[in-house]
Amino acid sequence: MRSARVIYEGTVRAATERDGQLLLDDGRLVAAEAVTWLPPVAPTAQARTILALGLNYADHAKELEFKAPEEPLVFLKGENALNGHRQVTRRPPDVKFMHYECELTVVIGKAAKKVKRSDAYDFIAGYTVANDYAIRDYLENWYRPNLRVKNRDGATPLGPWLVDAADIPDPMALALSTTVNGKITQSGNTRDMIFDVPFLIEYFSSFMTLRPGDLILTGTPDGVVDCRPGDVVVTEIERVGALMNTIG
Amino acid sequence: MSIGSLRTVYGVLLNSRAEFEAWAPKMSETPYKAPPKAPVLYIKPANTWSAHGADIPLPASVPEVEIGATIAMLMKAPGEVAGYLLMNDLSVPHASYFRPPVRFKCLDGFLGVGGSLLAAGNAVDPSRLLLEVRINGELKQTVAFDQLVRPPRQLLAEVGEFMTLGAGDALMLGVGANRPRARAGDHIEIECEGLGTLSNRLVAEGA
Repeated sequence: MRSARVIYEGTVRAATERDGQLLLDDGRLVAAEAVTWLPPVAPTAQARTILALGLNYADHAKELEFKAPEEPLVFLKGENALNGHRQVTRRPPDVKFMHYECELTVVIGKAAKKVKRSDAYDFIAGYTVANDYAIRDYLENWYRPNLRVKNRDGATPLGPWLVDAADIPDPMALALSTTVNGKITQSGNTRDMIFDVPFLIEYFSSFMTLRPGDLILTGTPDGVVDCRPGDVVVTEIERVGALMNTIG
Repeated sequence: MSIGSLRTVYGVLLNSRAEFEAWAPKMSETPYKAPPKAPVLYIKPANTWSAHGADIPLPASVPEVEIGATIAMLMKAPGEVAGYLLMNDLSVPHASYFRPPVRFKCLDGFLGVGGSLLAAGNAVDPSRLLLEVRINGELKQTVAFDQLVRPPRQLLAEVGEFMTLGAGDALMLGVGANRPRARAGDHIEIECEGLGTLSNRLVAEGA
């Protein structure tokens, strides 16, 4: 099942996909363009932990002139960074290089502590797509990538759908692509991750408890380009969804 | 103050002037190459939160932890501070500040939160607060907030330039230099007039 969270006529509603439209939880069928899309994950009682990987595809690490890491390069985000499908992410007027990052995102389904990689898939509720924008002008070599680059308000669109784990039999063989104004600028496959999803769940849960609703953004492959105001950026992952964002 | 009402908790690196100055000679070297320009933040996620009085588990792989006694500004709304709160920002000691410190700072229970909330107001100047840190009853460190690289108001303003701190979010003022270390079995107590006491005991995980 593919589920979403939207605002329709001023009210937050859960929705599912039906025939290319949205079936709201009150039974109404509405068009994708008729709603305001929210990140597709339900609010959590405590603040959600959002883990994001850097340099997790060998080609992207090379592109950024880093050798592939020996352990995951991970940073955290606050919920202020999240944004919905079909929303706008702001580019500050003074910057020279702002790029998208198309990332398979894991949504944790149950509390995970010291999980073995062979059991890791049991702890996943589903998958969605993140566009983890970065503004490289603000990179500094202190806790890099620093939060000024990666934790900006609304600069991590998520969605459109939360796709049940059962509908993605092999998350490690999904094509990823990004288009800017309809032209393909990034393409890759999740099979090229350096640290795959089961490894990441084993690694993180070895020192921290992951809780339902926590997110793991698994990194992006080669092919990031600068995006300008007005550009329409679509980050798409096979079977998971196509997430649209406009640079504002 | 209930931990349940917290949202995202942020820490700030190198906000103690004494520690910043101690680091200064290294700041132009590899891998840093330049002193930090904007505030350098990190997050202490919800799995790290330990209430006053709670035991904090230390994995066998972590023989000792660094105590990061500090004060957090708890937000009421963007730009508006509800009050001040004691925090114990524990870390696995780490020498490099190049990569984000998730596996050093985000272990279960690694943020003591507590004492009582000192409501913000004209009569309260957080830069005048003084913390006393005791391990097993012995005074190990005092932390003052009158020598910060970015005083509270400036820190809030500079962080606010790139992200919004909303209701329930907290921003720590930074830890002092020469932080004491503690081991399993130790009892850590952080005390501050007006903010009460935050005490936690370190216990060996699984013991």
